[in-house]
Amino acid sequence: MTAPGAAQPKASSRAGVRPIALLGRGLRTLAGALATPLVPEDFLDLIDPLRSGADLRGRVLAVEPEGPGATTLTIRPGRGWRPHRPGQYTRIGFDVDGVRRWRAYSITSPVGLPGIITVTVRAIDGGIVSHYVRDELRPGTVVHLDQATGDFVLPDAPPPAALFLTAGSGLTPVMGMLRNRPLPADVVVVHSAPTRRESLFLDELSALHDDGHIRLVTRFTADEGILRPADLDSVVPDWRDRHTWACGPTAMLDDAQAHWEAAGLADRLHTERFRPTVHAVGDGGAMTLARSGVTVDVDASTTMLDAGEDAGVLMPSGCRMGICFNCVLPLVEGSVRDLRTGDLTTATPEDPVLVQTCVSAPAGPCRLNH
Amino acid sequence: MNTTQTRTNRITTTTPQLREATTPGGKPNPIAHLTAEEIEGIGRELDALRDEVMNSRGADDAAYIRGVIKMQRWLEAASRLVLLFSKFPPAFVAGTAGLTVAKIIENTEIGHNILHGQWDWMRDEKIHSTTWEWDFASPAEQWKKSHNVEHHTYTNVVGMDNDLGYNILRVDPDQEWKLNHLFQPITNFFTALFFEYGIAAYDLDVKGWKEGTKDHKEFMADLKVALKKLRAQFAKDYVVHPLLSGPSALHTLAANAIANTARNVWTHAVIFCGHFPEGVETFETESIEGETRGEWYLRQMLGSANISGSKLMHLMSGNLSHQIEHHLFPDMPSNRYAQIAPRVQELMERHGLRYVTGPLHRQVASAWKKVFKYSLPNKRDGVSRLREVTDAAREGVDEVFRSTRGMLRPTRRRALPA
Repeated sequence: MTAPGAAQPKASSRAGVRPIALLGRGLRTLAGALATPLVPEDFLDLIDPLRSGADLRGRVLAVEPEGPGATTLTIRPGRGWRPHRPGQYTRIGFDVDGVRRWRAYSITSPVGLPGIITVTVRAIDGGIVSHYVRDELRPGTVVHLDQATGDFVLPDAPPPAALFLTAGSGLTPVMGMLRNRPLPADVVVVHSAPTRRESLFLDELSALHDDGHIRLVTRFTADEGILRPADLDSVVPDWRDRHTWACGPTAMLDDAQAHWEAAGLADRLHTERFRPTVHAVGDGGAMTLARSGVTVDVDASTTMLDAGEDAGVLMPSGCRMGICFNCVLPLVEGSVRDLRTGDLTTATPEDPVLVQTCVSAPAGPCRLNH
Repeated sequence: MNTTQTRTNRITTTTPQLREATTPGGKPNPIAHLTAEEIEGIGRELDALRDEVMNSRGADDAAYIRGVIKMQRWLEAASRLVLLFSKFPPAFVAGTAGLTVAKIIENTEIGHNILHGQWDWMRDEKIHSTTWEWDFASPAEQWKKSHNVEHHTYTNVVGMDNDLGYNILRVDPDQEWKLNHLFQPITNFFTALFFEYGIAAYDLDVKGWKEGTKDHKEFMADLKVALKKLRAQFAKDYVVHPLLSGPSALHTLAANAIANTARNVWTHAVIFCGHFPEGVETFETESIEGETRGEWYLRQMLGSANISGSKLMHLMSGNLSHQIEHHLFPDMPSNRYAQIAPRVQELMERHGLRYVTGPLHRQVASAWKKVFKYSLPNKRDGVSRLREVTDAAREGVDEVFRSTRGMLRPTRRRALPA
């Protein structure tokens, strides 16, 4: 998807452009020949890691607490950043204790802030990255970025009436939308959080409510219980007439989808699903080799290399004892255990990890890109 | 990887073997005084040491390798810039010296160690064994296969570790003597000068191809990759940078040639010191069958030698001055070898094992001594060595006559059955 405002190279047939383009290409070839086996960018990165044309990175400008359980980061992306659409997310790579870890976050800042985006990170129990962001990350740090992506956005022509149904940190992409103008003429926000104290952005939402931009309905589930789709009739009686954007825990979204489908209004519901970050960890498990189209059950003491070969897949291999690194393959989902040390390595589609298949066994269901 | 594909998984092997006082070849067995329990105890102790260090890797280690890479790139860029004016003697001297140091660090502390996967744990796609390419004749992929697999798995096993003499040197009495070993001091001297090309040929397994043990198609595919790399390497050092220097072209070309040759001589010396000095053990094929983890560790420790020296020495050798520690834990970040070295030495001495180390000049001299010593056949009672050499020479001359009669075509034997 092309973001609005992205610079598109204009086709030009004017004389004079061609020689310049040729010269540019020639210079690039020359620079490549000078730098081989590195690429010229490796040397340019020494001078300016945020320049245009560099791999996308960003500099953290501010790290601020957002209520008791969350942190808002202000980041200045490198010059290659393309403006996002409200509601989209980006992948951010942090170096935590020397290890690069990627996570996806919704962009909460309005479009068009000059060279700045913000994301809000909620602290998760045992979360390596969220705790690092809260406790250790300092302004000035360079982080790694992807371009903004995602379909959870308002259409270019917003519908006259919208309902935003959110829970917990599912509010963040919606916040990214609510901070832009124009909003749909008639907006209702139904937000659930465990308690008033833990609810993100409550002051800002209340201000929007008081100014008449939105109608805010809050539900504090510790006292009031979880909001069921059936409750909608009493909270937002005209929900059937609205386009709805919903973001929150999987169970909530499943319920919503069933409810909208039952009403024959499935096309009016737009959802954003955060992938579950908790993986089943066990001893052994089903190993899927995605490109080979093979899934096999592997016990806790059999290496993924052996299991793959036993299933008839040609696996890269070498020393078969964990020292030569010729067997590494990308683990894209699930956990594996190093048979030498018992250490667990976990990967998600946002944060794939290369693992040594000759000394690793599945620890729960896992998927390799091979 | 034909040789390794069918092998059973080595990490689960647990059969300790009988230890005789001497090896089948007649050499004293350096581990005869250890019981099987002691050997497995050593294995457990080293495993624990590995876990301790690997679990403590963190931001400081990451900052170290990034710092070295940054420093090396600045040094290389600055040296190349200075060499644009290499017609002026001070620029020539400073540029050549800087480029030599940059090229050495690029190969040793950076390239070699990244390709060992020492920094894979950072999950930085730019500093990773699967993506790194280095300023060296042999493509990273090919080197990783021959070096990391064959050499690091079969360290100093006669007939299995091709690094044991790089196919051409005889450095051990258990290696069969052939006529060409007579000239190995000269061969070795030229190997040092053109080291990277020797390694490239050896990674390609040119010898295996000639003898028919390496598949022809596979060889040609590898050769294509290697030639492409070689072309780019040559173009950079001997065409593009010189031409860019304009009037200083010839001086820059000379500077680049000197830097490459000096690096060849240096890396050859460092690697030469890793496994050939006096006191380093070699092993026989039988001795590694059913090898346990403890026995594998022992072979790595006894088959390697360190170089003592300053921090600069360790950096310039890519910490291969800690060859013993590197062979125990090839994927441990190189900046940690110095930290564990005293403990490895203590462990070896506690078990009556020799920790071979010494300053560079002594280790180089010791290794060269072997090259001279084993250029001649072994001393045996009742056999004149002069007679043995002259017989071999006569046979060799006959062979040349036979094979060149009528044609000058090299013979390619059929593939040997596996």
